[in-house]
Amino acid sequence: MMSDITKQSLSELVKNIKEKKLSSKEITKAFIDRSQKSKELNVYISEDYSSALEKAKKFDEKPNLDLKLPGIPIAVKDLFCTKNVRTTAGSKILNNFVPTYESTVTQNIWNEGAILLGKLNCDEFAMGSSNETSFFGNVQNPIDKNLVPGGSSGGSASAVAGQLTPITIGTDTGGSIRQPASFTGIVGLKPTYGSCSRYGIVAFASSLDQAGPMAQNVKDCALLQEIISTYDSKDSTSIDFKRNEYSKELTKNIKGKKIGIPKEYRVDGMPKEIEELWQKGIQYAKDCGAEIIDITLPHTSYALPTYYIVAPAEASSNLARYDGVKYGFRAKGENLIDMYEKTRSEGFGAEVQRRIMIGTYVLSSGYYDAYYLKAQRVRKLIKNDFDEVFKKVDAILTPSTPSSAFKIGEKKDDPVSMYLNDIFTVPVNLAGLPGISIPAGHDLKGYPLGLQIIGKAFDEQNILNIAYAMEEKIGFKNKINDWWIK
Amino acid sequence: MSKVKSEYLINRKDNQYEVVIGLEVHAQVTSESKLFSTSSTKFGAEPNTQVSLVDAAFPGMLPVINEFCVKQAIKTGIGLNAKINNRSVFDRKNYFYADLPQGYQISQFKDPIVGEGKVILDMPEGQKEIGIERLHLEQDAGKSIHDLDPQSTYVDLNRSGVALMEIVSKPDLRSPDEVSAYIKKLRSIMRYLGTCDGNMQEGSLRADVNVSVRAKGSKDLGTRCEIKNVNSIKFMQMAINYEANRQVDLIEEGKSIDQETRLFDTRKNETRSMRSKEDAHDYRYFPDPDLLPLEVSNEFINRLKSEIPELPDDKKKRFIKDFKVSPYEANILVSDIDTAKYFEEVVTKMGKNKDIKLAVNWITGELFAVLNDKNLEISQSPISSKNLAILINLIKNGTISGKIAKTVFEIMMDGDKDPQKIVEEKGLKQQSDPKALEALIDKIINDNRQKAIEYKQGKEKLFGFFVGQAMKASGGKANPQLINEILKKKL
Repeated sequence: MMSDITKQSLSELVKNIKEKKLSSKEITKAFIDRSQKSKELNVYISEDYSSALEKAKKFDEKPNLDLKLPGIPIAVKDLFCTKNVRTTAGSKILNNFVPTYESTVTQNIWNEGAILLGKLNCDEFAMGSSNETSFFGNVQNPIDKNLVPGGSSGGSASAVAGQLTPITIGTDTGGSIRQPASFTGIVGLKPTYGSCSRYGIVAFASSLDQAGPMAQNVKDCALLQEIISTYDSKDSTSIDFKRNEYSKELTKNIKGKKIGIPKEYRVDGMPKEIEELWQKGIQYAKDCGAEIIDITLPHTSYALPTYYIVAPAEASSNLARYDGVKYGFRAKGENLIDMYEKTRSEGFGAEVQRRIMIGTYVLSSGYYDAYYLKAQRVRKLIKNDFDEVFKKVDAILTPSTPSSAFKIGEKKDDPVSMYLNDIFTVPVNLAGLPGISIPAGHDLKGYPLGLQIIGKAFDEQNILNIAYAMEEKIGFKNKINDWWIK
Repeated sequence: MSKVKSEYLINRKDNQYEVVIGLEVHAQVTSESKLFSTSSTKFGAEPNTQVSLVDAAFPGMLPVINEFCVKQAIKTGIGLNAKINNRSVFDRKNYFYADLPQGYQISQFKDPIVGEGKVILDMPEGQKEIGIERLHLEQDAGKSIHDLDPQSTYVDLNRSGVALMEIVSKPDLRSPDEVSAYIKKLRSIMRYLGTCDGNMQEGSLRADVNVSVRAKGSKDLGTRCEIKNVNSIKFMQMAINYEANRQVDLIEEGKSIDQETRLFDTRKNETRSMRSKEDAHDYRYFPDPDLLPLEVSNEFINRLKSEIPELPDDKKKRFIKDFKVSPYEANILVSDIDTAKYFEEVVTKMGKNKDIKLAVNWITGELFAVLNDKNLEISQSPISSKNLAILINLIKNGTISGKIAKTVFEIMMDGDKDPQKIVEEKGLKQQSDPKALEALIDKIINDNRQKAIEYKQGKEKLFGFFVGQAMKASGGKANPQLINEILKKKL
């Protein structure tokens, strides 16, 4: 029953392995088979199937069943450096790059017995909201043909929704886990900044980037978060706080929890179905025994412009190392400057170049104070908004995105409308808070819609609990008919 | 010596110009590993053998501050009598170059780790205080090698990421001599602290020199030019001299001075324009988001303060007070920590009945001459402080004469031999037995009756002849003082 295997949640797979009802090889083979039939989704940039089968065989020979991910095959976003496996960040400039080292987050997964299936497609350097900026092409959303999966962790989201990997990890700088999770009907958590190590993750915007789990349900998501969140002295922004055993401590009892509803998230032009979904979410939370409180986050409308100054500024500097000198793609040039210009013009795609230019501009002398410095001040105000509100509430409930998934190409030539996708997710990154998106319903087209729960810093357990409780009330079922499998 | 005499002024017809100089000294922090990575900092290794993934800026690699380097910077700040900032920030200085793998240098821009301080210079006309503007930590870049291949440039990243302290002075320096004294003083302080070895040949200490000129007596600062990356005191002095005269000539011709960055050509002894102010890089400084602001508590700073050794200024005061050496001698003895250490060891090992004046003379005389001759540091001295102390005691207690001591000193150099043993083995002990010397002198007078008579008749010069004969007869070992006494008695 190979097809049944890929339908199983992570918890079910782990249970079946521990009870020896399934071998790692059977599971690995099932996901590989389905992946091979799913090339049309274009979720993989690099496949590592034969190596995965080898590792599965080895695992089965000497299975360590005490591990949390015993012999579980997992594909990961191609922003995580994986030792001896090509890592591209979705860019031509790293097309040939094979790291000699492993990111801390992926190492944590392998330490628990997981096996790498391959590297998943994403927007180039995680810059995008539709996975259309990848050098390796669009990713199809399993929900419907020619539908974007969201971005930047679009390959990751489609892979989980399409059952090509039981769980995965993505990265989230302005919504890159939560928005695609919402577009594909899965669960995605952006942890508190400093919770997961950034060591070995190709950097986009260092003060915002955070790795996080993506899964079919909240329980799997909690387990994965428990595994990937570790203090790491190799990342100076990693924070040494007491981490919960999120999956063990998971509870549906959220009675008396105070949940805030921020009025500023009711934006102009938001589709009626999003508003209805939100109201339904509020009702579900009430049904779970939570108390609903109206709150205000007055600086919300400044979050998006702030983000589009801070993130490109950091990116323009972070991406300076891709210069053709040391590794990656190099174009021939007459001299050093000519080589730089050609390498970076040919190696980076249009969106990445746009953001490098924005970032360079806002950091330039004469503009720094007006843009970058002001943005940092506004960022502080946004964080203060949350700090104020969290004196009164335990969590905040909002829609994850202002719309459901859109068609491939629909917003490609309109960057501003594309950027608006992140309007509900971006403030969370700016404030360094944890946020989780859970699937909560469908729009009229049958496309999934997500709700976001935002928590206090380091309070992942609380938002996982709320998500867990609401998940049961919502009873979401993803409508996937395997349209791409002939 | 009058003050005016030592002033450094540039004269043109009726006009006199004063030169205003400020230095940005780049001092390599003495540390095993780099500022943000664990690679070794050892000098002279094969190219690209001391490069970590962080130093080469591989994707996803992150800097982690080396606490030791922070301590070194704070200690240096304390040594410069400077304010240590409890909070400092690392910024990125963005520019593209092949030997800058990250595409930015991690430095400190707005909030350096060390604020204002001062150093005291001992100039011939007296002491002069030079203000320190700031000290900050930053990464060194790699090295581009352009002359290995006609077509390509080679890059060596061994130096990439090595910790530097940039020490910025106020524009308080007025002459090449003051610049020399300032650099030497900085180097001395850092060597005392063990925070920078000060080795200019290996590039551990180099400076950007800011030069401007103004009419003598004027309070306004002229337009300055920055001479980049000068790596010896001599070159700094030459560059300043050339540059100051160039600027004065421009003013005299009624032309204006452009603010620009210049290079010093050591072969032609001239400075050349490198880039003008308009072409200056826009470095787009911003706080490095990979690093949190650097916070150091007062307890941390105080702990480091308690680890600071006695520094040259204090040591000098103590030497003058305790050892009664002259300020001039004290300066020589304290300027280098190893010299001071050697001197104090000799003093200690000489024991109770010591002759410090003699020790100073032997160290600054004979020993320095040998070290100079053999191009050795005092730490590599072929004669240990212990044996030099013994030698000086042998002179002091009359066992050997100063002249014999020089012979013993020569022999000591070969394998740091114990002077006591040399004296015994070679039979160099001074003859101080009055009876034996009297006999010896009687014989000489007898053998030279005629000369003795001439002496008595008033030819006093002949006294020296008799001393010489006596010394010769004793093989140079006779106690000269006794010879003198006996001769005076007998002649």
